[in-house]
Amino acid sequence: MEYVSPEGLRLDGRRPMEMRQIRAEIGAVGKADGSAVFEMGNTKVIAAVYGPREVQNRSQQINDKALVRCEYSMANFSTGDRMRKQKGDRRSTEISLVIRQTMEACILTHLMPRSQIDIFVQVLQADGGTRSACINAATLALADAGIPMCDLITSCSAGYLNSTPLLDLNYVEDSAGGADVTVGILAKSDKVTLLQMDAKLPMDIFENIMQLAVEGCKAIANYIREVLLENTKKLEHRRGV
Amino acid sequence: MLQNKAFVRKTRGGRIQKIVREHYLRDDIYCGSCLCQVCDTKGACLSSPVSTILIVDTNVVLNQIDLLENTAIEDVVVLEVVRDEVKNKNLSVYNRLRALCSDSLRRFFVFLNEHHRDTYVTTMVGESPNDRNDRAIRVAAKWYQTHLGGNTRVLLVTNDKENKRKATEEGITAETVEAYVKSLAQPDLLDLVVHPTSEDVTMKNVEDMRPSKRKVIYIEHKPMSEITTGLLRGIYHQGKLRVNRYNPFEAYVGSESIGDEITIHGRTNMNRAFDGDVVAVELLPKDQWPQETSVSIADDEDEEDENVHLVPGSADDAPRNTNNVQESAGDVVSVSCRPSGRVVGVIKRNWRSYCGSLEPMSMPGGNGGVANALFVSKDRRIPKIRIQTRQLGNLLDKRIVVAVDSWDRLSRYPSGHYVRTIGEIGDRDTESEASSSTQPLFAYNFVVLIENDIDCRPFSTQVLACLPPLPWSVSSEDLANPSRQDLRHVRVFSVDPPGCKDIDDALHCTALPNGNFDVGVRILLTISFVDIADVTNFVHPGTHLDDEAAKRGTSVYLVERRIDMLPKPLTEDVCSLRSDVERLAFSVIWEMTSEADIISTRYTKSVIKSCAAMSYIEAQARMDDSRLMDPLTTDLRNMNALAKIMRQRRIDRGALTLASAEVKFQIDTETHDPLDIGMYQIREANQMIEEFMLAANISVAEKILKHFHTCSLLRRHPVPAKEMLESLLRTAVAVGLNLDVSSSKALADSLDSAVGDDPYFNKLIRILATRCMTQAVYFCSGDLSPPEFLHYGLAAPLYTHFTSPIRRYADVIVHRLLAAALGIYKLPPIFQDRAQLTNIADITLSPVQVVILGKFSDLNYRHRNAQMAGRASVELHTLIYFRKRPTDAEARIVKIRANGFIVFVPKYGIEGLLYLTPKGGSGAGEWVVDEEHQKVKKMDGSISYSVLQIVKIHMEVVEPQPNRPKLELTLI
Repeated sequence: MEYVSPEGLRLDGRRPMEMRQIRAEIGAVGKADGSAVFEMGNTKVIAAVYGPREVQNRSQQINDKALVRCEYSMANFSTGDRMRKQKGDRRSTEISLVIRQTMEACILTHLMPRSQIDIFVQVLQADGGTRSACINAATLALADAGIPMCDLITSCSAGYLNSTPLLDLNYVEDSAGGADVTVGILAKSDKVTLLQMDAKLPMDIFENIMQLAVEGCKAIANYIREVLLENTKKLEHRRGV
Repeated sequence: MLQNKAFVRKTRGGRIQKIVREHYLRDDIYCGSCLCQVCDTKGACLSSPVSTILIVDTNVVLNQIDLLENTAIEDVVVLEVVRDEVKNKNLSVYNRLRALCSDSLRRFFVFLNEHHRDTYVTTMVGESPNDRNDRAIRVAAKWYQTHLGGNTRVLLVTNDKENKRKATEEGITAETVEAYVKSLAQPDLLDLVVHPTSEDVTMKNVEDMRPSKRKVIYIEHKPMSEITTGLLRGIYHQGKLRVNRYNPFEAYVGSESIGDEITIHGRTNMNRAFDGDVVAVELLPKDQWPQETSVSIADDEDEEDENVHLVPGSADDAPRNTNNVQESAGDVVSVSCRPSGRVVGVIKRNWRSYCGSLEPMSMPGGNGGVANALFVSKDRRIPKIRIQTRQLGNLLDKRIVVAVDSWDRLSRYPSGHYVRTIGEIGDRDTESEASSSTQPLFAYNFVVLIENDIDCRPFSTQVLACLPPLPWSVSSEDLANPSRQDLRHVRVFSVDPPGCKDIDDALHCTALPNGNFDVGVRILLTISFVDIADVTNFVHPGTHLDDEAAKRGTSVYLVERRIDMLPKPLTEDVCSLRSDVERLAFSVIWEMTSEADIISTRYTKSVIKSCAAMSYIEAQARMDDSRLMDPLTTDLRNMNALAKIMRQRRIDRGALTLASAEVKFQIDTETHDPLDIGMYQIREANQMIEEFMLAANISVAEKILKHFHTCSLLRRHPVPAKEMLESLLRTAVAVGLNLDVSSSKALADSLDSAVGDDPYFNKLIRILATRCMTQAVYFCSGDLSPPEFLHYGLAAPLYTHFTSPIRRYADVIVHRLLAAALGIYKLPPIFQDRAQLTNIADITLSPVQVVILGKFSDLNYRHRNAQMAGRASVELHTLIYFRKRPTDAEARIVKIRANGFIVFVPKYGIEGLLYLTPKGGSGAGEWVVDEEHQKVKKMDGSISYSVLQIVKIHMEVVEPQPNRPKLELTLI
């Protein structure tokens, strides 16, 4: 199948180096300490953060830093075929772990000993790149909750189809069977905190694709920063400063 | 701007699914006109002095692709919506359109209207997809008109009346194809225009046009939905229609659902299906199944059959004629009880362009110069095709190519259109005088090539630009390359057919000094090399040269000429391992004991200097001459000794020694007429070379499979199915021979023991056995499980093609794989994309036909076509040869029919029909066939012929119809 037409457009009309439309909204869940909705094209995820709060299960308490927990789930209505996925399947366990580890890298946990931070992410609509979208949403929600972080973490995926590097794969491209590289970086310090790939690629091509994904992450970071800035301004305004 | 496309789809499981996809609309899609001030003209191709821009409708592309391919049609805008519609409807037309669009010499531009902000249209409520697409075309045309302003005329070319009407209403200039072509004032272009079929126009129009043809000849094809349900319920049977090459009025459909072949008699029952079409067949009631006629060479209608042709190379070529003969004697009724049916619908058409000539006719007067003519294809399995032409006088004595457009129920013949002229048929007088002018031969040859879809055009300049500068010699860089071993000091030689210029293999053999003694047996270690021309050093992946080679797939060997896969400087000079020049090679080096046990195998790139390029005869003479004791001759003898052991070992493993009736022509150098023909003689030297090449191929196959388990290109030969061997077994039983076909070993043994009282008997049986085999095919190792890798004929668990990279593209791929396995090059990206490529190939093509390596998917197809073309060329030369010389010869009966038999002439390697009863004569009932003993007897028992019997025949070229000479065989 042809994923990039000879005229240079992808199936959905993007060029290979283009990302889908992204949109972010802070404060979608009123009850949570921090929350955000993040959209990448038709992929839509919601994140809610609780904490830092008292550790629920004492035995898990860590004395010198905060305990970060993460739960990833997909809404039953998120995919077209209304399949009932049971909670805690291997895929979501894996993604929960990935998100937790990625977010732990930027949260200054040592400032909040003996406390717990819960991150809940749920996919409302899935169209490829859910992992990246979840991380981006979690970053926003953590920032919204006012949890101290050393940097913003953003994530983006890139792939390789029809001998062309493609940025931000959607579901059709993702399920084409080519390589799918998901990268998460610390936006300011330019450090990689997440790197996953589920296929084989020659070294030089891989480097290209990873670079492309990093560029995508940076673009997302810029957007997220804008959104946060706007949000802060709004808060300021509300306080009447 | 973002649009969401939402549609519902039924999944394989039968559930209904709603699919939502994003659809981005852009503002950076340009119009493609060089004159445009607003748009970026970087990718523009519509030329500057352009006055008219054509926007073509989908139906125009689908039906008039031959016209579009003509260079007179330029400045065409292909809309994305048109492109996608074409892709969904007809993949082959889509590929041709794609080739047109990517051709830099043609001015075809693809406008992505579906992603353009201003030209995207959403489906309105109640609008059908077709109407929506038509509207999208009109919107795009409108956009072009306003975008380009007054200085350019935008013309919508459509044959859809409704679309044309609406376009005119909206203020877009629209014309039909005919009107547009007429306005170009080039009458020969009009022939390329496909005329609307009478299914499009109303019944009334048909009556106006051809009042004589009012009656319905064929029953209507069932709609697809009905066919699908019919197939599911088992009423209809699906299969590929194969027309009998002896009788175009009889066809077979191999059906899996009833596990037998369904015979279809007559054109009416065939119901407009062509050879190769996938059809749905309905069985006729049992009492309508014809009796006996199925085994006769029917010649009931006015057309004659193609009588004489070359022996088919394998079972794939011949119709699989599985007569259900019951072993129990006396059960006569069952003989004739083959299921018979009629075609109710065509599932997939196999229409292509056909070569042939027009049926001679007188020039009609008037009618605006438009004449209806009947086209007679060279392939007699194809019915006559009706075409309309304005240049009848011109075409009557030409070989032309015609494409089929449609076949409606009202006409006896399909209608088509003229595509192009190949050449003169040649003056009738000269031809009957057995002309030796090359012109008709030339035209014939083209027929051969075109019929087999072989590209014989010269190489383009882009391709030639990829060649290394000439004169070429080994550079110091090559020598300094650490992965290239310097083997110039070794005594390398090559053995090839005489006159061979593309030498792609050379050999070498040295006795190692460390031969030690062990229990009285002296084990002499020898090193044998097989050096193969290092073609991949010059053909790099991704270059034009590589693409062209991949497209050609293989060199084609005709009797008097060769059509190269690679340009001549490469094949005959730079890559050819000629004597006394340094050449780059890829070597396989074995260390062997004198018992031909391989101790170690090494693969390396190398530089060699061949010391002798010998012919088979020369090499044989050297080996046989006991006085010669020079090192080269000793090497030859050593190798021969090794080869003999290897060969014996292979035969012990169960390799089949199959025979083919290859013939060899002696060609007059001036006139290119054949002077003499005879069977190809095989010498020990041939076998020696063959043995080492086989060994090299096997060694390489092992190596690449070890490194690239999922993406190696290998070659396999499937075990023949039981029913394919059935005809062989029947023949064998008739002559009192017991063949064991349980395994290749058993078959090989029983073939060995099949020695009759005459010396040619064994060879004949082998030829018959060869024909029962399937063809070997290339495949990708990841797509089959290891037991299926088996090469049945060679009894090798693994096999590939490595030894002829100059003339086969498969070998080039294998060279790249081997180089990658050795870490010399990186694996080309095409292999890395495999996961995805396999997906595609699995869906669109059946696994048997395909090599799954993506763009190489047609390797098998190319390989086969090259063989067919080679055979057709031999057939043609046989005809030319016998034209001058009516000959008597000995022939063998290979198949019995009710009114004749098929004979094989060993001396010339041809096979043909021999009628016992004169055509259309009365003596039809005189002969009786004995199926069990494969005999045909005269009623009174005076004369009988049995299978494999020797008969004396007379061969002569006759011309019952003008321009269609054929070889006729008569019994003496």
